[in-house]
Amino acid sequence: MLDLVWIIPALPLVGFCILLLVGKRIGEPLSGYLATAMVAGSFLAAIGVFLSLVGKSESERAFTKTMFSWIPSLGVNAALLVNPLSIIMVLFVTGIATLIHLFAIGYMHGDPRFPRFFTYLNLFVFSMLMLVLADNFVLMFLGWEGVGACSYLLISFWFEKNSAASAGKKAFVVNRIGDFGLMGAMFLIFQHTGSLQYNQVFRVIEEKGMSTGTATAICALLFVGACGKSAQLPLYVWLPDAMEGPTPVSALIHAATMVTAGVYLMVRVHPLLELAPNVLKVVAWVGALTALFAATIATSQNDIKRVLAYSTISQLGYMFLAVGVGANIAAIFHMVTHAFFKALMFLGAGSVIHGMHGVTDDEQNMKRMGNLRKFMPVTAITFLIGWLAIAGVPPFAGFWSKDEILLGAYQSNKLLWLIGLVTALMTAYYMTRQIVLVFFGKERFGVGAVSASADVHTVAAHVEDPQSSDVGHDGHDAHTPHESPILMLLPLVALAGLSIVGGFMNTPFSAKFEFLAKWLESAKIPGTELGAFVGESPHVAGGTKFVLALIAIACGLAGIAIGWKLWSRSADNPQLEPALLQKAYGVDNVYSNLFEKPGHALANFAAFTFDKKLIDGIVNGFGRVLTGVGGVVRRVQNGYVRSYAVGLLGGAVAILAYLIVKTAA
Amino acid sequence: MIGVVLAAIGKPNAAAYLSVAAVLFTMGAAGLLLKRNVLVMFMCLELMLNAVNLTFVTFSRELNDIGGQVIVFFSMVVAAAEVVVGLGIIVSIFRRRKIGATADSASLLKG
Repeated sequence: MLDLVWIIPALPLVGFCILLLVGKRIGEPLSGYLATAMVAGSFLAAIGVFLSLVGKSESERAFTKTMFSWIPSLGVNAALLVNPLSIIMVLFVTGIATLIHLFAIGYMHGDPRFPRFFTYLNLFVFSMLMLVLADNFVLMFLGWEGVGACSYLLISFWFEKNSAASAGKKAFVVNRIGDFGLMGAMFLIFQHTGSLQYNQVFRVIEEKGMSTGTATAICALLFVGACGKSAQLPLYVWLPDAMEGPTPVSALIHAATMVTAGVYLMVRVHPLLELAPNVLKVVAWVGALTALFAATIATSQNDIKRVLAYSTISQLGYMFLAVGVGANIAAIFHMVTHAFFKALMFLGAGSVIHGMHGVTDDEQNMKRMGNLRKFMPVTAITFLIGWLAIAGVPPFAGFWSKDEILLGAYQSNKLLWLIGLVTALMTAYYMTRQIVLVFFGKERFGVGAVSASADVHTVAAHVEDPQSSDVGHDGHDAHTPHESPILMLLPLVALAGLSIVGGFMNTPFSAKFEFLAKWLESAKIPGTELGAFVGESPHVAGGTKFVLALIAIACGLAGIAIGWKLWSRSADNPQLEPALLQKAYGVDNVYSNLFEKPGHALANFAAFTFDKKLIDGIVNGFGRVLTGVGGVVRRVQNGYVRSYAVGLLGGAVAILAYLIVKTAA
Repeated sequence: MIGVVLAAIGKPNAAAYLSVAAVLFTMGAAGLLLKRNVLVMFMCLELMLNAVNLTFVTFSRELNDIGGQVIVFFSMVVAAAEVVVGLGIIVSIFRRRKIGATADSASLLKG
């Protein structure tokens, strides 16, 4: 079974190729089902690989499948590395991708570019799998760029909208900055170790050692790359704008999988990071500050998806905090649970947007929602489960992983722990604000409702009959929100289930229950001690652990209580949404003044001064000179045979004269 | 008459033939440059051609090289072909401009 690991990325690639060639012909529902089946197939293959890995002894749980020699001069093969870490990533990527594909079939219903959407999604899954399964930096970079390209394509999927087109460009450009760092790191690694294969690199470092300076430079550059991809300070600006893409894209790429690639990279190269403690400190602080920074912004956003976007940035900050304090297992744990509940909430938001379609003209504005639990019971219940999970209420998934991170932070630096705690409180607060605005309170979508057709029902009439025939419609004559079709609810229910039980893969009660930790600790790279997966669970006395957990729970509950108290009464609390936070501290403005305006000025100079005046001047000058000379010379060609004859004669005489003079001399 | 002239200038030699050729050539060139009548210009052209032929024959005899005479035959054949094309052009010029057609009438091809 292990030998067949290549099937995992191959299936989405096959799906991509088929959809690329005949996607338009097989049309709307079928292309979606095909794409879903391909990803589901690779999920099943991943389970197979996982099970055969479980069956092996701990020291044998690493396997490299070399497919072909790719760049021999760099010693780079197209090879897949299967070990406990990568298989965990593969499992949750393919699993969640399957659910989101399924959801997208319902969500994208009626879109004119339906098949193309699934073409991109399959390509994305393939790239993501190459990213996590690669056994060297180059192949990983292939996947890294692949997911970036898909992210660009999918953010600007509705490119007719100007905002979507520019959001795609923004994501692409900001990610280039990160990629530049990653490439620089790869160059340095090759220069100092002569290899780009993970195991080989770690072995060389183990045998020959590496100076702290070099390690610091490499790790700093790697962290720049991770910052770009995982939307950390100061490169986070693209993620909120990325919400212009269709909601399944936000769920899959900008919450669950792609944005965690940076965290994965940091964990993957941990043997290197260990040599650069300064960088680790920076990672921890950047993570903590990003978590706090994004959480504050999330408290004042009105767009249902933007709140989730800032929340994602904040949670990614948590993961980097975990990496920075050496709690790698907690980082991976939180990555997985976060993928569950954040994908759930994004899909829930998608379901809400789908249901609100045609009800108000501002279908993503939470201030125009309210009391949706009446109209969309399944969406509401599953969303609430996601809310409890992210708020850190036990026994939901988020509590366990967040607690582990806070524990690691507590051990390393009390201040980091405090920031994490404040962030946890704010997370609970803004998520409570969101669910209160969306699912509770008064219905506010009647105001400014779209009432295009003649048979306008009043909102009140529909309130009495929430199960009206609108349910399942696509918003053609819907004047009240409606529940989404079963195809979209299934993934919600599945993710809700995972958000409830996901935390139990690593509970701290006893070493026996730390399944994930035990599994990941066996991810030793054969033959190197350095490669051992550093980051065993923090050893804190049981009592302290318990107290810390209680404090975390108290913070979460406090956040919920505050949010509930402030927002359940009225949806209009301008004093709680300072303009500074609504504008996200104006960072976009600062960047625009700092980079965009000089860039524009430079481009203007290049286009209108340098090119138009200098380059065009030279070219036009040549033209003008030649035209002038031609204007004079053309008179010679006057069309009279006799004048040509004179010319001929004159020429002949001149040649003769020359010859005579020459022979005479 | 001819006898008198011949007696006056003595036995013809190469210089005499070349002088005749030069005179013929100059007459042809002058006619080509000064005349406007296409037919006359054409005849002047033939005159120049034959002046050159004469020099060829002269040098052929002088240098004892048959090549010069061979070239003359070639040039006569080519001249015959050229007459066909040239007369065709001249006829078409006269057709287009019936009255007072000169070489200057065909001066549209200019820069």
